[in-house]
Parts: sequence; C-alpha cells; structure tokens
Amino acid sequence: MSDPSAAAAGAALGADARVTAAEGGPERQDRPRGLFGDAWRELRARPLFWISVSLISLVLLLAAFPALFTSADPAFGDLGRSREAPSADAWFGYDNQGYDVYARVVHGTRASIVVGVLATLGTVLIGSVLGILAGFHGGWPDAVVSRVADVLVGVPFVLGAIVVLSTLNAAGSASATRIVAQVVLSIALLSWPVAMRIMRSAAVAAKQQDYVKAARALGASPRRVILRHLLPNCLAPVLVYSTIALGAFIGVEATLSYLGIGLRQPVVSWGVMINGAKDYIRVAPHALLFPAGFLTVTVLAFVMLGDAVREALDPKLR
Amino acid sequence: MGRYVLRRLLQMIPVFLGTTFLIYVLVWAVPGDPFAGKCGERDCPDSYVSAMREEFNLDDPVVVQYGEYLLNLVRGDFGRTSSGVEVSDRIVETFPVTLRLALVALVVEAVIGITAGVVSGLRNRGFLDSLVLVSTLFLISIPVFVTGYVVQLVFGLQLGWISPTVSTPTFGGLIVPGLVLASLSMAYVARLSRASISENRRADYVRTALAKGLPQSRIVGVHVLRNSLIPVITFLGTDLGAFMGGAIVTEGIFNVPGIGGLVFRSVQTKEGAMVTGLVTVLVLVYLVMTLVVDLLCAVLDPRIRYE
Repeated sequence: MSDPSAAAAGAALGADARVTAAEGGPERQDRPRGLFGDAWRELRARPLFWISVSLISLVLLLAAFPALFTSADPAFGDLGRSREAPSADAWFGYDNQGYDVYARVVHGTRASIVVGVLATLGTVLIGSVLGILAGFHGGWPDAVVSRVADVLVGVPFVLGAIVVLSTLNAAGSASATRIVAQVVLSIALLSWPVAMRIMRSAAVAAKQQDYVKAARALGASPRRVILRHLLPNCLAPVLVYSTIALGAFIGVEATLSYLGIGLRQPVVSWGVMINGAKDYIRVAPHALLFPAGFLTVTVLAFVMLGDAVREALDPKLR
Repeated sequence: MGRYVLRRLLQMIPVFLGTTFLIYVLVWAVPGDPFAGKCGERDCPDSYVSAMREEFNLDDPVVVQYGEYLLNLVRGDFGRTSSGVEVSDRIVETFPVTLRLALVALVVEAVIGITAGVVSGLRNRGFLDSLVLVSTLFLISIPVFVTGYVVQLVFGLQLGWISPTVSTPTFGGLIVPGLVLASLSMAYVARLSRASISENRRADYVRTALAKGLPQSRIVGVHVLRNSLIPVITFLGTDLGAFMGGAIVTEGIFNVPGIGGLVFRSVQTKEGAMVTGLVTVLVLVYLVMTLVVDLLCAVLDPRIRYE
C-alpha cells in the first residue's frame, strides 16, 4: 500500500543539529555556512541527485508541454485499431478503445503531477501551520490538534480515501477541475496529520533551545519567534517529508484512479489508463505496462530526490 | 504496568469514537437516496422505505443516529444491511481471510526486511549494502497494484508458475498476494533496520561485549539485534492494521474473498451499516496493535518504563 506516513519514518532529524541555521540574517561573505548551504554543497556532489533532478525535469516538461512530444490526439479513439501491439506508428500501441497509448501517457503526465504537487502543498501547508502553532503554544490548542490527528491517522488511508471520495463523487458528473480538486482534497485531508506531527515535534524541541528563550527574553512577539526563529529550524524534516510524499501521492492518485474513484474520464492520468487496461491484461498487457512504467519512474525520481535531500540535511549521516 | 494499560485503554476511547463517528457521518451523509436500486428494477415500496428508515433511525439527527448505532455496537449488534443480511455474519466470513493475508504479509515483511537490513547494516558501503539500498528504492517506487499485475502477468499467465488468482484462501494460497502486499513495507523495514543496526553497531555496550571476548554471533544476535529491533517492531505493529485496510487493492487483483472487496462494494452500493461495521473492526485492530507494540517494546528494552 502506498502509505505516505511510512515515508516519514526517516524524516526525523536531530533538532540540535539544525541550530546551526539559526538566525537567518543577511548573508555575509565570511559567515560560516548554514545547514542549507552545507546541504547544497553536499547535494551537488551526488550523482543520484542529478539523476533524479534530470528525470523530474523531463517529467515536468512532459506535463507542461505535452504537444512537444506527440502530435496524436489523446482523446481520439478508433475501435478499428483496438488493442494493436506497439508499432512504428504508435510506439506504445493502442488500448481497448483504440486510443494511442503513447499520446495518452504523455498527456496523462499533467494530471498526475498536478495532483501530486497540489496534494503535497496542501498537506504540508495545513500540517506545518497547525504543527508549529500547536508545538509553540502547547496547552489546549495542542491537545485538540493532536487528538484530531490521532483520529485521522486511525482511519486506514485507502479506506478513508474511498469513503471520502465516494461522498464527494455522489454529486454525479463533474468537470475536470472538480474531479482533480476532489482527489487533492481527500489526500490532503487524510495526510496532514503526518506533516503536523513532524513539524510539531521539531517545534517542541526547538522551543527549548536557548536562542528561542533569548529571543523571548528580548521581548520578541510570538509571531516573530515563530517566523524568524522556529520556522527556519523546523523546516528541514518537513522538507524531506514533502519530497518523499510528493512521489508517494502520485502513487496514491494512481491507486485511487485504478480503483475507479479517483480521477476519471474526461481527465487522463496514468491511474485512469491502468484502470481502463486492467481488464484486458491478458490480450493487451502493453496498455497497462507503459503507464505503469512511467508512474514507477516518476515516483522513483521523487523518492531518490527525497533520499538525497535527507542525507544532505542530516549531519549524522555524513 | 496495569495502570499504564488501563490509561492507554481509556485514551483509546476518544480516538475510537472520533474515527467511527467520522466514517458514520461520511457514509450516511452521502447525498442521494440510500435505498435507490435496493429493490431490483422497481422503486422500493413505501412500507420498505419507512421500515428501513426506522431500522437505521434515519429520521433522527445524525448525532442521535450515531448514538443508537454505538449502543447497539456495545451490545454486540452490528446491525443488518438493507437486504437483511447480518453485518456480523459477513464480517465473520471475510475477516479471517484478510487477517490471514495480513499475517502472511507481516511474516514476509519481517523475515525478508529484517534479514536484508541486518546484512546490509553490518557491512557498511559494500556490494550487498548498495544492492539492498537500490532494491528498496525500486520497491518503494512501484505502487502495489503495479507489482500485483506484473506478478500476475509474468508468473501467473506467461510462465504459469503460480495460479493467477487465489482459489482457496489458505495460508499457502496467500503467499503470493502476501508478498505483493508486503513489497512496499518490506523496503521500509529493510531501511529502518539497516539504519538502526549501523547506529547501534558503534554503541559502547557492543564494544564492551567485544572486549569481553563474546563471539560475534552472540554480539550481533543478542546485543545489537535486540536493541535495534525496537523501531522495527513499532513499524511492523502498526503495519498489520495498515495491511488489513490496504488489502483492498491486492485482494481485488488476486480475487481474494476478504474484507477489501466487501468494503469496496459496500461503499459503492451505499450499505452504510456494512461500511461502518467493517471500519470499526479495522480501527479496533489498529488501536490494539499500537498498544501491543508499546508493551512489546518494554519487554525488549527494560529501560523503557511505563508509569
């Protein structure tokens, strides 16, 4: 199961290691490098980082300008060529409806990427804001947020998404934007507790540090303490989580679409294609294997990037 | 210890109530007639609809409905579906199948994951270490349904080594679906135990054991392993619940008659009582497993105390 919470297992970094990046004042030449500067130097030297970055750029290019890669119409189906094997005309063959699989794989990139990026943004934004506020203030806001998170984590992920999505889907036919928004919403709704817990524990640890106490003693407002002192020091673990989660959410989108409740026609995505191809796997395996391959490579690229970023940001692993 | 267990059990109650209430509201608040299409090709007679509304207390506000449902649940009554089938009967039929599948997956995950993690954790930066790192990277990236279809296609349909679908859901018959279900978590377990082992390998107590002249097998098997397995056990324990909830996809591919297919069909046909019943059972499994894991960690590491 693509459980993004599992991806967080390695995301916890030692808090004291991050203190180095403390006061983020104006950069000066002779200033010692901060955590992120160090991490960048570390990253630049890794081949794995560059492989994943080039893969991701390619995928983003596919998503932004699909017309560069194919001139075939992804929505044009000709039953006369149904389930034809790959050939020079259509590199990936045709599916059961006579759609060009290559054209649909290229055009399906956008939906998969958009869902992944928006779901990650939603998860990380909701989770970080609630997490840092709960960690900083403690008391009853912390208790409420933590209990709500407990409840949401208790619901099995796929099951919760199925129930949420069938409630949202009940309205019947919907526009493409709405279908995408529903999937993004349900993923973010069920995943924000993971980001919240990571941010909260980082904030609780950072709150005890001397520089935070010093800032408060100097009369800094809670707002300033959170934005200038806590946030830069709690960012690293959430950043690592969000890179891995981006890959995981693309996989989750495909899983939900495969089950027939995530994205659906008229939206084209890799999951939608796999859903359509699964019943003809014996006679036309290519219609399933090509989108599945693209899906895997994309998720792999993001997971690799997450791995590289984590190793660069965690001084213990150096 | 007893006090700790009691406190944990009490803490579970709000989580349990919250989760079941959330699902209950979502399932019954679905817009549309819950009894549409329940009587074949004709509309449901008014008498049936009113009897059903009475049965599910649909005319009360949703909080009262939920309260009624909970009261029945405490009495052991899971309710009936709109066609009069006892929900508890269906759960008793399908639950053991999914539990068996999840257990097979758990064993596969633990054995392969921990072995790979220990082997690579003991040898830093060797060939085996890189092999484990690269293969876990791939396993993490392949969604479970892709693994499932590829395994079914290659080994089931083209090579003919395995049966493409599960005919009898015994432990033996569930090995292949279990392997597929476990593939993702297996990679996480391998990485987790690798990180844990390579951290503990340099601990002081390991050096002491080495200085005492203990054999390598005892140092690794008893000292290092016991201390390194705590995060792994935590992960494995919560995974049993995740497996049972996440088995929907694997069960669909291999045609396993378990909870997954049942819950999916029930959501689609708006069988609210069935969905809430099944989710209740799954949440209970998850909550009990987290408690068991916490207690197990105290057994492994006497430094962890619960007061």
